[in-house]
Amino acid sequence: MNGPIRRVAVVAMLMTLALLVNVSVSYLARQDSLNANSQNRRVTDAAFAQDRGAIMVGNTAVAETVASKDQFKFQRRYPQSELYAPVTGYFSYLFGSSELEQSYGAQLSGNDSSQFVNRLIDLATGAKPKGANIQTTLDARAQRAASNALGKLKGAVVALNPKTGAILAMVSSPTFDPNDLATHNMSDSQKAWAALTKSSAKPMSNRATREIFPPGSTFKVIVSAAALDAGYEPDSELDASSYKLPGTNTVIASNCGSRQTLARALALSCNAAFARLGVKLGADALRNQAEKFGFGTKPLSDIGSVASRFPDQIDVPQTGLASIGGFDVAASPLQMAMVAAAVRNDGVVMQPYLVESVRSADLQVLSQTRPSQLSLATSASDAAKLRQMMVGVVEGGTGWRAKVPGVTVGGKTGTANSDNKRTPYAWFISWAEDPDVAVCVFVQDAEMEATDVAGGRVAAPIAKAVIEALR
Amino acid sequence: MGEVVVFRKRRGVELVMLLLGMVVAVGGYALVNLNISGELPSGWYWGVGCYVLIGLVAHAVIRWRIPYADPLLFPLVYLLNGIGLVMINRLDLGSRPVMHSAELQLLWTAISVAVFVLVLFLLRDHHVLQRFPYLTFLAGMLILMMPLLPLIGFENHGARIWIKIGPYSFQPAELAKIVLTVAFASYLVEKREVLALAGARFLGIDLPRPRDLGPIIVMWLASLAVLIYQKDLGTSLLFFGLFVMMLYVATERPSWPILGTALFAAGAFAGWLFYGHVQVRVAAWLDPFANWDQNYQIIQGQFGMAWGGLFGTGLGLGRPNLTPLAKNDFIAAAIGEELGVAGLMAIIVLYGVIVMRGLRTALTSNDPFSKLLAAGLSFVFALQVFAIIGGVTRLLPLTGLTTPFISQGGSSLVANYAMIALLMVVTHRVRRPTPPAAEPQQSLAHDTTQVISTPPSRPADPQPVPVGAAAATTPVRTPVSADEPTAAIATPSGADAPTMAVPTPSGPDEPTTAIPTPSSADEPTTAIPTGGVPDSPDDTRPGGRLP
Repeated sequence: MNGPIRRVAVVAMLMTLALLVNVSVSYLARQDSLNANSQNRRVTDAAFAQDRGAIMVGNTAVAETVASKDQFKFQRRYPQSELYAPVTGYFSYLFGSSELEQSYGAQLSGNDSSQFVNRLIDLATGAKPKGANIQTTLDARAQRAASNALGKLKGAVVALNPKTGAILAMVSSPTFDPNDLATHNMSDSQKAWAALTKSSAKPMSNRATREIFPPGSTFKVIVSAAALDAGYEPDSELDASSYKLPGTNTVIASNCGSRQTLARALALSCNAAFARLGVKLGADALRNQAEKFGFGTKPLSDIGSVASRFPDQIDVPQTGLASIGGFDVAASPLQMAMVAAAVRNDGVVMQPYLVESVRSADLQVLSQTRPSQLSLATSASDAAKLRQMMVGVVEGGTGWRAKVPGVTVGGKTGTANSDNKRTPYAWFISWAEDPDVAVCVFVQDAEMEATDVAGGRVAAPIAKAVIEALR
Repeated sequence: MGEVVVFRKRRGVELVMLLLGMVVAVGGYALVNLNISGELPSGWYWGVGCYVLIGLVAHAVIRWRIPYADPLLFPLVYLLNGIGLVMINRLDLGSRPVMHSAELQLLWTAISVAVFVLVLFLLRDHHVLQRFPYLTFLAGMLILMMPLLPLIGFENHGARIWIKIGPYSFQPAELAKIVLTVAFASYLVEKREVLALAGARFLGIDLPRPRDLGPIIVMWLASLAVLIYQKDLGTSLLFFGLFVMMLYVATERPSWPILGTALFAAGAFAGWLFYGHVQVRVAAWLDPFANWDQNYQIIQGQFGMAWGGLFGTGLGLGRPNLTPLAKNDFIAAAIGEELGVAGLMAIIVLYGVIVMRGLRTALTSNDPFSKLLAAGLSFVFALQVFAIIGGVTRLLPLTGLTTPFISQGGSSLVANYAMIALLMVVTHRVRRPTPPAAEPQQSLAHDTTQVISTPPSRPADPQPVPVGAAAATTPVRTPVSADEPTAAIATPSGADAPTMAVPTPSGPDEPTTAIPTPSSADEPTTAIPTGGVPDSPDDTRPGGRLP
């Protein structure tokens, strides 16, 4: 019987060996794909249990991690939650993350490749790993002023430093409280998520960068830039009388007499004059000019942004409508702030950015953003002429409500009421010389008559508040 | 001619190994609690004290009742039991609200060790089990089929392998595997000559005679019934594999395992063709991600082991509670998560060592019943470990078997301790010194008596071996080094080794030889040189012959 027992022993050994080999092969062949599976709660939970770095505005944390006594050890907290929600985004167990929490997730959690050395040091010294801190470019004064001025209105405010592209304020309203989603109480988190996603006001949508709207008359700044480029001067006379779009029965009524200079037409926001001017310049010139200001590109990489657009397929009457910010032209508030900033910055469009620097937990700088030029929108001399024209809008035109005593302010109002069913969109883009800032205000539901110049009445005072806050 | 080698008791080794295992288990317990809460629970010494005390009591009883038993079996088993307690405690702490099943499992450990002790007291000689093969077989089949009974049998997680009496549930297969092993062993001892008779030849294999196929057909149908009605591939594989293996050992005919494997494969394939639950298991094995909800458990087990990686997250630092039934079926996945691939491999090797100790006992025992019983118990244990760990790690379709000594559950623990007690009684009987002159020693000259086999053609040496007369002679030295130098005849120095290497009176051919061990790992009980032909046909001798 010993021979068979020996063979049985070999079989038992082979079975043991098969188990050992299978465990090894599973480890080698399956581990990575299993750990990369998005439904693997162990992996997502581990990200949630890390001591994430803070998101800073000035010296104040607007998103921070505090110790928590429940299963996760750490709780994400947003001290000025609603004010900074469009920038910080949320960090939720069930619903992932958004905005800076998402785009800088690796740095915040300490897993970025730039933090490799820090991780090694932590491993060697036994220190608890801690994520990097994100220093934003936001200015608390501008942010608060913009938010207060916008109040309950639906809309967005973006303020930029025209010289660098640093974003000083980014407000989107209505906003949300990321604490509601970051809570470790899962049913609360789920309820908050359901309420936020179902709400028709779309509180989690960042209107400043992620949505585009018809820019209305603010687009006339771009048409003016194209006109100056084509040889027009601010005092060139334009036909401001009613304009029947070629080949259609649509008539753009005159709202500023029969003849105006280019500068005066901008100040008074003459629709007929600009429609006629746009048709004369041609769709290609307008599109070209818009793209020089940044249309067609996603301007902000730090958080999600969408490209503003000037339509590719467009005929002559549509070009007329597009010239006054109608038809299919659509821009994000950030894009229109960049237009104002470029005018202030001698025609140079700077790359907008939100993150000043990333610092490790021991305050060592891991990365620092350097201002960079995105494009050249106009020549410096054309930019100077545009500045004069935009000052005219504020000094003696539709944007008079944005006047700040002792500060040179240029601006342009806009009211997009192409669709008679909804309340008009109110826009105001502006720049100031000291403080050096470009501001775009967008109000989605200016509660007033469609015929009124909503941009001047509703949006301009908000821009003024932001400029004053920065003085 | 030759010499009688008597084993040492080696209870000191057992005590040291037992304490070593306890250090591992208690250390694991401390690590779990320190990693989870940063402190030991109040009253930790109660749990640790009970665990240590139970182990020491069992050791004391082994010393008293079966002093020659294998010294590694109990420490290995108790270490596995301790690791199981640690993991169950860890999973308790990871659940919300905190559970207290480790305490219950510790109670079951006490009960199991009590059963273990009881077996040692009641069963002086395992040969009493040989008396009623058919009754034992009937009892084993009844126990195995109990889950199919109405009222008491019930289905849990797709497999009907449980019975429930009042609040207690029980997996009868655990008990049935012991009873059926005993039944097969005693039946085969009687019938092995008949079964070994050759029938027709087919494809170069000697098939058994058709009339002898009866028992294998009965067993095949029984395992198919288990597969189909109890819906459990593992249990089915366990019993059919056990039966075929024991037939093979008893008859020494390779046609049995070949036929058995073919029959089982055909039955399993037919089960897969016709039964949905078999298909579900197979689909979950091949591609668990195809059906997330249905295969949630195996997916979570996979995630857990991947999360653990090579060295694991550390005890108490993983997330094994995410896997459903982590304390029962999937405790191997929990170990893989927290102790890593390395830890899981260590556990598998521990099981492997238990199996090897059992098979060694089968090799060294000197009567067919002991051989069959020890080999059967070891192999069924190996099969069970293979089926459940293989299922969890996706080597095989998942089965509902328990992980012996580790997974939570009283019935499994009690049955496995009883099985180890039985195996240890066998090892004790095998290793203890033979009473001098109790019976003529020539019966030992048959090939079944030795680790090394002898040529079957050799005429039996009728010369009785006067053991006592030779006691004063010097031990024979050979250069072979065995892993247990004192037990083998290959002891290089006889000065401190109490080995009783007793040369028998010289025969005509080889005056002073010792038979070298067949391989350095094997441990001969009674090495009796068998006359003139030292080279047996199927056992190699790696060079232990004296110059």
